[in-house]
Amino acid sequence: MMASSYNAKDEDGHHSGSVSHGGAGTAKSKKPDNTAFKQQRLPAWQPILTAGTVLPAFFVIGLIFIPIGIGLYVTSNNIKEFEIDYTGVNVDSPCYTCANNFSWNSTTSCSCTVNFTLEQPFENNVYMYYGLSNFYQNHRRYVKSRDDRQLNGDATALKDPSNDCEPYRKIGVETIAPCGAIANSLFNDSLELYYVEPSGALNAVPLAKKGIAWWTDRNVKFRNPAGVDLPTAFKGTAKPVNWRKPVYELDPSDPDNNGFINEDFIVWMRTAALPTFRKLYRIIHKNQSSTSTLPSGRYVLNITYNYPVLSFDGRKRMILSTISWMGGKNPFLGIAYITVGSICFFLGVVLLIIHHKYDTRSNSADIPN
Amino acid sequence: MFFCQCVGEENWEDSRTVYIGHKEPPPGAEAYIPQRYPDNHIVSSKYTFWNFIPKNLFEQFRRIANFYFLVIFLVQLIIDTPTSPITSGLPLFFVITVTAIKQGYEDWLRHKADCSINECPVDVVQQGKVVRTQSHKLRVGDIVVVREDETFPCDLIFLSSSRYDGICYVTTTSLDGESSHKTYYAVPDTMAFRTEQEVDSLHATIECEQPQPDLYKFVGRINIYKDKEEPISRTLGAENLLLRGATLKNTQHIYVCMMTNDSVVKIYKAVINTVLKYAWQWSPDRDEPWYNHRTEIERQRHVVIRAFTDFLAFMVLFNYIIPVSMYVTVEMQKFLGSYFITWDEEMFDEELGQGAQVNTSDLNEELGQVEYVFTDKTGTLTENNMEFIECCVDGMYERGLGPLKTKKEYEDLFFRALCLCHTVQVKEEETVDGIKRGIHQGRPTSFYISSSPDEVALVEGMKRLGYTYLRLKDNYMEILNKDDEIERFELLHVLNFDSVRRRMSVIVKSSSGEYLLFCKGADSSIFPRVVSGKVEQVKARVEQNAVEGLRTLCVAYRRLSASEYQVACRHLTEAKLALQDREQRLAQAYDIIERDLVLLGATAVEDRLQEKAADTIESLHKAGIKVWVLTGDKMETAAATCYASKLFRRSTQILELTKKRTEEQSLHDVLFELNRTVLRQCSISGLSVDCLDFGLIIDGATLSAILKSNQEGGGHGNYREVFLEICRNCSAVLCCRMAPLQKAQIVKLIKASKEHPITLAIGDGANDVSMILEAHVGIGIMGKEGRQAARNSDYAIPKFKHLKKMLLVHGHYYYIRIAELVQYFFYKNVCFIFPQFLYQFFCGFSQQPLYDTAYLTLYNISFTSLPILLYSLVEQHVTMETLKREPSLYRDIAKNSLLRWPVFLYWTCLGVFDAVIFFFGAYFLFDNTTFTSNGQMFGNWTFGSLVFTVLVFTVTLKLALDTHHWTWINHFVIWGSLLFYVIFSLLWGGIIWPFLNYQRMYYVFMQMLSSGPAWLSIILLITVSLLPDVIKKVLCRTVCPTATDRAQVTVFLW
Repeated sequence: MMASSYNAKDEDGHHSGSVSHGGAGTAKSKKPDNTAFKQQRLPAWQPILTAGTVLPAFFVIGLIFIPIGIGLYVTSNNIKEFEIDYTGVNVDSPCYTCANNFSWNSTTSCSCTVNFTLEQPFENNVYMYYGLSNFYQNHRRYVKSRDDRQLNGDATALKDPSNDCEPYRKIGVETIAPCGAIANSLFNDSLELYYVEPSGALNAVPLAKKGIAWWTDRNVKFRNPAGVDLPTAFKGTAKPVNWRKPVYELDPSDPDNNGFINEDFIVWMRTAALPTFRKLYRIIHKNQSSTSTLPSGRYVLNITYNYPVLSFDGRKRMILSTISWMGGKNPFLGIAYITVGSICFFLGVVLLIIHHKYDTRSNSADIPN
Repeated sequence: MFFCQCVGEENWEDSRTVYIGHKEPPPGAEAYIPQRYPDNHIVSSKYTFWNFIPKNLFEQFRRIANFYFLVIFLVQLIIDTPTSPITSGLPLFFVITVTAIKQGYEDWLRHKADCSINECPVDVVQQGKVVRTQSHKLRVGDIVVVREDETFPCDLIFLSSSRYDGICYVTTTSLDGESSHKTYYAVPDTMAFRTEQEVDSLHATIECEQPQPDLYKFVGRINIYKDKEEPISRTLGAENLLLRGATLKNTQHIYVCMMTNDSVVKIYKAVINTVLKYAWQWSPDRDEPWYNHRTEIERQRHVVIRAFTDFLAFMVLFNYIIPVSMYVTVEMQKFLGSYFITWDEEMFDEELGQGAQVNTSDLNEELGQVEYVFTDKTGTLTENNMEFIECCVDGMYERGLGPLKTKKEYEDLFFRALCLCHTVQVKEEETVDGIKRGIHQGRPTSFYISSSPDEVALVEGMKRLGYTYLRLKDNYMEILNKDDEIERFELLHVLNFDSVRRRMSVIVKSSSGEYLLFCKGADSSIFPRVVSGKVEQVKARVEQNAVEGLRTLCVAYRRLSASEYQVACRHLTEAKLALQDREQRLAQAYDIIERDLVLLGATAVEDRLQEKAADTIESLHKAGIKVWVLTGDKMETAAATCYASKLFRRSTQILELTKKRTEEQSLHDVLFELNRTVLRQCSISGLSVDCLDFGLIIDGATLSAILKSNQEGGGHGNYREVFLEICRNCSAVLCCRMAPLQKAQIVKLIKASKEHPITLAIGDGANDVSMILEAHVGIGIMGKEGRQAARNSDYAIPKFKHLKKMLLVHGHYYYIRIAELVQYFFYKNVCFIFPQFLYQFFCGFSQQPLYDTAYLTLYNISFTSLPILLYSLVEQHVTMETLKREPSLYRDIAKNSLLRWPVFLYWTCLGVFDAVIFFFGAYFLFDNTTFTSNGQMFGNWTFGSLVFTVLVFTVTLKLALDTHHWTWINHFVIWGSLLFYVIFSLLWGGIIWPFLNYQRMYYVFMQMLSSGPAWLSIILLITVSLLPDVIKKVLCRTVCPTATDRAQVTVFLW
């Protein structure tokens, strides 16, 4: 090997070449492009979060959030809500018998009556909810136990629903319509509300069952299977195990509210997020004549007790509520806004002090430099 | 690379025998064993058409990350999962497909390249005729004709050349990027062959060592059988071996014998260890209420199996904490990010016509963590552009080219020595790059090439002094002396240079029949062998020159009598013919021959400092990086360079740990004394800001003593630790007289010290390769000494000064980018998964996902991926100018400060806090109330969508808060991602998608947006989530600002 040098350049006879007069004249110019991107010199805005810039933001947030919070809180406080538990856990509660004598096989329905008094009149539209506690509508096995194709009126899915519906998919050879655990456990208590006139007469409060489900659900997502009429459309399917009536007879009073597009059914099919939940049951529309929709006074709630909850330690409630633009009674949002607004304001003040203190210090420290 | 043992060959003996022309040796010599060598079919491709899919899949799933995601996917397929298999299958499929296409394409290119090589026509001599065949049909032992500008189809032994002197020129551009021509020599006994018939009549065998991995090492022997005579044996060295892939130049044709063939070995490294995180709860009570029965099959399952599948389901649910996309994003960031180094115009060198190169992109962020820089001196700190400065003959010295007043006899010998004792080759202009040079200089001239710039400088210096080395012709060296007479010396032997001996010699026979040995080398290796001459004067002069930073060489000679020459000749031949331990035996032979020399004089060659080397070193110092210079030069020269390059300043207190000192005192005493000095000084100056800085000088001999002491068990304690302790307190260390391997040892020593600092080695020559490979980050300089360093490095830069930008700007940026990338990824997935985890407490631990499948799948792929990727590509927390102006900013990120536990913990806490805010914010909002104005209720999917919307916005805005450099790209991806999320959600919920068997998201998003409280709570939750981070940022900046913070503000104020 012809390498030789005196500065320990070559350790093991490596080839290396060097040309005295810059022999590498063949080098192509591979000069990189001088573009702003490649040179990392794109024009840029370079904001920095300093106390000075953040301070105004904190004050502004404080000033905006606190009024919003107060507004929300006041609104929420103006909403009237009445809640009554009718599960019948205690011996002295009116539904105790119904709750404890429940049997899936009984043909007669058990009913009970709960009396209550509204201290204040309810204005405008009043919404009637039923509430369930400790009911895991968000359980994974439960949530997926449905067939949206079937519910959308798909003919094949009606006869052969998804396996997700197991074990509520078939009874013998007949498929269940609607299939799945959600549909099977449809809430089937019926609630009736009576106003007790000062005279003692019971005056039934009109409960509207339209408009309780999302419009898009009622009109697009849920559809009845095609057929001359509903019974033929659902021919060859079985009603869910726990149901008393087939799906096309859910609402005898209104033929358009039957089958998959029954609004109570649709409401139930929208599974709740948390184990304690409420679902819209009826709407009590404001009547033009009288001033308040539900005047203060005594009321009677008539319950047809069909839905057992004691077995899993659940509770059932009936809720009456008015509603504002921001929905039902929920002081949380207002309080949260007020708190966050205050914190921001407070932090703003703290930062102002710190900023002032350190700014002068660092300024004085910088001067000698 | 070029030699590869085939499996079957490993069992053979150490040497292999090749029969030239497939002819048997004459009977009696050796038994002819027909050896089966594989044919010359080159296969560098990895796959064939048939095995591509299985093999590629296998290769890909060997990576732990891919395998992990595959397992998750399989689990999802098998068990009843909370999320659809698509959520993990789709990203995995995407990653696998893209990789497979990329690898497939690359392999297809390799196939094409292989094919063109294999089909390449080759001329083979068979029965005295030239037959054209294809490259892959070549067999070991074939005699091949290679013509000018053809590429060697395999490794070849050079038999004869069309040139009369039996040499050929070769470029190895395609091998190592060196464009210069290298000279190879034909086997002396066969170089006379001119025609095919003659070559074909050759009857010889070649014995050689088994193929070695070292590209440039070859030891062999050729046995030539002539009629009925004893075979003649000749040694074969690397100078006879032509490597495959090199190209023949300046030579019409050559005859060669095929030696070996190769196959390509690929190394795969599996990287990435991923950690499985899972949560595991089990709630048997009220597991099965009447409204929610299990199926029969589920009920029949054994409780253990049920527990196991539940565990798997949780695993699936929480596997998003390590998303596929993180893996992909980090890879992409590293790969794409490295382009900014290549594109950098400031690191482009006009002279070389090249910019920085990135050989591996895995180390970008380590560039920001360097604590020790080990630099070579020659060619790295200095230009390696040698200029002959002075010569000192017989004690008299003269700068420049003035006449020397000295004895004529010595002068003649001295100049002849310099003219003869070298391995410089002369190249005639017009034959090299003919037209270009010829026109340029007007007349055909010759110029010198050599692997060592010193030699070129010396020979050119001699030319200016009137002694011109003309050429080597037929083993005669021709010199044109002062009187324009041509002197001819027969070159008998070259005792090559090596870095252990540090000298080289030639034995020549003058026209008067005298045998002369000329030797030149480092002073330390010459003086002990000198018996006469004005040693004292020369020594003084050499030292004086060394102090000035010049490179010095000593020249000596010896007259050999005919008998002495015979002895020497025998030693050399024996050693050269040895098959085993040839190196060692040669060294012994050299040692015997190079003795009893007469000192002639010394030379001094200047090597100027590279432009801005001092500035660069100063910046590195300010950045808190310790710079060590490792050089083979002598101490004085090196120290002078160090002062010039500001490695040592006037105020630096120099500690010496050299052989000279250890000869006086024991190593033990010196070490402990130095240690005391250092420690005392530091404890005194602990109060003052400027700790007096120390510079340490250590030489190779002492270093090996220190290292050896440790191996022996160290009776006097552990020197290694003491040494490290001293080094730690020195800002600069100079190691001189280093052998290449010692350089690597030092790097290793520091690397293994208890702080485990990140080390960077930078060098330009082959002698730096070992340390470049040893250090965490190896940087090669594309210098004059070839490309070995650049090829073996992780990054290659044209000049030393570019190191400053490389570390201070690119390294810094990459580090903060990757730090943010990794932690942000973790943060956003904590934010993503933790609400899901909290939700399990409210859904009976049923593994119900909080978010819709589409959201689960797309969260990491499209909603939040681009902003962070682009951030990690273009973020500049401080401007480039500031980084360059204030190197001390580099200290802010030292010791991995952005990826340490406190920081990581902060991100995790922030993630958990945000997740808690998201979840419980939504929880309290949903708690038992409605938030529409028509009394209708929302379900679990609205709940999830609310959390998810807050999540996406918070996580994106958090990144926006961290962004200090808002280019249009950042604006585009950040706001674009948010917009995309909204549009996607509207679309996803806007249609009944016919291909889906569930419509759970139908109108959910729009219903949510139609309610006022949802808007209000989204705004509120985002604000609350971002608040702690903003406060932390502002407080940190105000109360205890780092240097980086200050620099940002100054820029801001401008």
